[in-house]
Amino acid sequence: MSKYDKLVTNAAGRIVPTILNGKPAVPYMGIGKFKPTGRKAAPLIATCADYPDDGNKVVTDLKDALVRSGLKDGMTISTHHHFRNGDLVANQIFDIAKEMGVKDLMWFPSASFQCHEPLTKYLEDGTIHHIEGSMNGALGRFTSNGKMKGLGVLRSHGGRYQAVQDGEVHIDIAVIAAPASDPFGNSNGVNGPAACGLLGFALADSQYADKVIVVTDNLVPFPCIPWQINGNLVDYVVVMDQIGIPEKIISGTTEVTKSPDRLLLAEWTAQFCNEAGILHDGFSFQAGAGGTALSIGIYFADILRERGWKARFARGGSNKYLVKMLEEGLTEYILDGQTFDLEGVRSMRENPHHVNTSPFTSYNYHGKGNFASLVDVTILGATEVDVNFNANVVTHSDGYLLHGIGGWQNCLFAKCTILPIPLFRDRIPVILDKVTTLCGPGELIDVIVTERGIAINPLRTDLIEKMKNSALPIRTIQELKAEAEKICGVPEKPKFSDEIVAVVKWVDGTVIDSVRRVIV
Amino acid sequence: MGEIITTGNKGKTIRSDCFVTFKLKDSGGLDILLESKVEVMYGNANRKLAEEVLHFFGIQNASLKIEDSGALPLVLTARIEAAVKKRVPSDKEFLPDLLPENRYTTQNDCNRFSRLYLPGNSPSLMINAGIHHPDGIILDLEDAVAPDKKDEARYLVRNALRGIDFYGAERMVRINQGERGLDDLEWVIPHHANLILLPKCEKPEQVRDINKRIDTIRKKTKQKNPVWIMPIIESALGVINAFAIASAAENVVAIAIGLEDYTADLGIQRTKEGTESFLARSMVVNAARAAGIQPIDSVFSDVGDMEGLKQNVLMSKALGFDGMGCIHPRQIKVIHENFAPSTDEIEKAKKIVFAFHKATEQGLGVVSLGTKMIDPPVVKRALNTINSAVKMGKLIENWRETYEQV
Repeated sequence: MSKYDKLVTNAAGRIVPTILNGKPAVPYMGIGKFKPTGRKAAPLIATCADYPDDGNKVVTDLKDALVRSGLKDGMTISTHHHFRNGDLVANQIFDIAKEMGVKDLMWFPSASFQCHEPLTKYLEDGTIHHIEGSMNGALGRFTSNGKMKGLGVLRSHGGRYQAVQDGEVHIDIAVIAAPASDPFGNSNGVNGPAACGLLGFALADSQYADKVIVVTDNLVPFPCIPWQINGNLVDYVVVMDQIGIPEKIISGTTEVTKSPDRLLLAEWTAQFCNEAGILHDGFSFQAGAGGTALSIGIYFADILRERGWKARFARGGSNKYLVKMLEEGLTEYILDGQTFDLEGVRSMRENPHHVNTSPFTSYNYHGKGNFASLVDVTILGATEVDVNFNANVVTHSDGYLLHGIGGWQNCLFAKCTILPIPLFRDRIPVILDKVTTLCGPGELIDVIVTERGIAINPLRTDLIEKMKNSALPIRTIQELKAEAEKICGVPEKPKFSDEIVAVVKWVDGTVIDSVRRVIV
Repeated sequence: MGEIITTGNKGKTIRSDCFVTFKLKDSGGLDILLESKVEVMYGNANRKLAEEVLHFFGIQNASLKIEDSGALPLVLTARIEAAVKKRVPSDKEFLPDLLPENRYTTQNDCNRFSRLYLPGNSPSLMINAGIHHPDGIILDLEDAVAPDKKDEARYLVRNALRGIDFYGAERMVRINQGERGLDDLEWVIPHHANLILLPKCEKPEQVRDINKRIDTIRKKTKQKNPVWIMPIIESALGVINAFAIASAAENVVAIAIGLEDYTADLGIQRTKEGTESFLARSMVVNAARAAGIQPIDSVFSDVGDMEGLKQNVLMSKALGFDGMGCIHPRQIKVIHENFAPSTDEIEKAKKIVFAFHKATEQGLGVVSLGTKMIDPPVVKRALNTINSAVKMGKLIENWRETYEQV
């Protein structure tokens, strides 16, 4: 089987394959243009007759659970990333697969982290055939160097749910690490030594996988309350000493930035929202986990407090700053997709206004609406932006895969999308003629805030009109690009071979761009 | 031939800089080795530029290793030039273009609320300094540079003066004390610096020495733009001689006080309340006012304590200072907001200035507000407040057109 086949030019002008790892795929057709047909995928029908009457699904160990689940060559194994860089479970699955001599697995994580670097050896020896999810750090380098046997597929959090729901990806075995579980498999992320808040990224896995294994280091008697994962969907429960390293579960990017340059970006972004009338009583926002985004939340809070306003809801990534806003009454709800620190975990455990959401409710494009498009303003990052406001989040300026998409693509559907980004990072300009990898179409990206000026997408004539008399430095994106190049020089482009090593999916499952092998 | 010269900085936290290792050889041509974080984008450009610098100085045989963490071209060339000249002295200079936007001059009495210190050997802090819009930036060749880096910092400061856009901030340089300070001027004066900070100033002769050297350099390089001097008083003797220093020359536009060194000179601790330096601060304010120039306060060193800074600024303003130094861009806003006239002050001043203009238009010699007569110094102060408020953007310039007298 070749990695990919049948190249076409998609609606964004990018050359993409329409056969991925032997399976057909639709090229990107434009926003909202692809209309799915048919019915959703469905899991196998189970019977209580096959499960213990006393509800005790605990088996000896992870290997036992994997053997009972029928682990064999070519299967798709899924994991979630709520433990971020503190995950101790995913690597063990493939240690066991290697020990059992199983080959050609597809790993289907909701995201990968630096701690998964040891898996490169299994990509090399054929235990893992390829990854669909995200390829960060060493896994990204491995992929970009063309060493992965299959084609990498990058999806957003919403796109992952969509792919599973639509039957594009069939999960054979889902392994769900859970900070608390009962023997029946009811489990949650709010209690226990590896508490991570919620388990939303594992929702699709629990609903659609053939076999579901819950792994915990905190077995509680039935019932485990709340049950974020429903035990009725679980086949086996495994108890081990430790499933995650708490200090690494806390994301590294949950402290407010101290960089004066980034604080300036945050301040201008908040001021922009204020002057453009985006901020109002009852508004809603989503701010990511980066230091700049966190600071914007603090500036928002200052403006709300001063005006006597409150937000109706804030979409998380929750953290201590968002929790403070909730507890101070500056937002009525936190709709949380992942919890970035222990304050977030505590709040979710204690406060009914801190609500657990999932990629299904927040992001899935093949649903009857989702929450992302209801948000007034979303603050995101990017590694590159081009003069048409297209943005890239997956490849670095040297061409290597570096990040996953996360919820980024899904969030673009907010009423206003703002990217606060430095005009250049250590001499690397962020605005190009054409992004290396297209992840988000420019028509969904409204404002770029840099330390040397703010560019509004010409499509947003309403925002341009509102900011006409602003004291903020409003400039064209071409002017900003020219200024960066005047300071840094015009950069050369990375060199790629024609060989495609991964593709980027759009939120509707169509292929928006290809990632090519880097020539060293 | 084999002496190894190094310049620049490297390490995990170093950004926008490079570390250069230079060794002259007898033969073998030029051997340039570049390890760059931005190899893909700028590797070729950097190698070409490095070669150009070596050729410029007539270096035929040498090995040059550059460990680059994203240095801008003007940083790269400053590092290489500094390394080459340590080994092969030369009068030639490899100069980046002087940006047209860096050719502005400043007024003797322009706003000097904030002036941001930038260590003279740290390029990463210089590049974005202007975006925070301090009234002035200080490229510091003195205390913020390690003794063994003072030579190479001169090249960097020179190139920064020419090639970095500080977006309208007054471009100041703090030179070293004594002979080294006089020599520093050679790297500074020809490159359109607006103001020289003279550290540890104790006697008016120091100002005159500086001016003598400045004049020589200006003649030699045919510079016409004004160069202002701000002596820094940092000792008991300086305090005692403050007026003589403040009035030592026409181009002394401000005197500043440096409290760390001053308290050390007195052998006492510097406190947040500042009781111990009250006399010194008042002396500097009075000396400056007597000489008709600006008194400028010391820096506030706790960059995390914004409330403390605010109190410090309010105290400073109440004592009569016109501005203070800052060591972190986040301090600028607090300093501006609190040195600027308050809303109350502006409202009062508007009343007086409005009455003043009305009186002038009506040809009256006396300004009155209601039944009260306003003395000329009060009018002058009100005019200053209004000018300051307009400069700070707290009042529109043509406010009188819409002003309704209460």
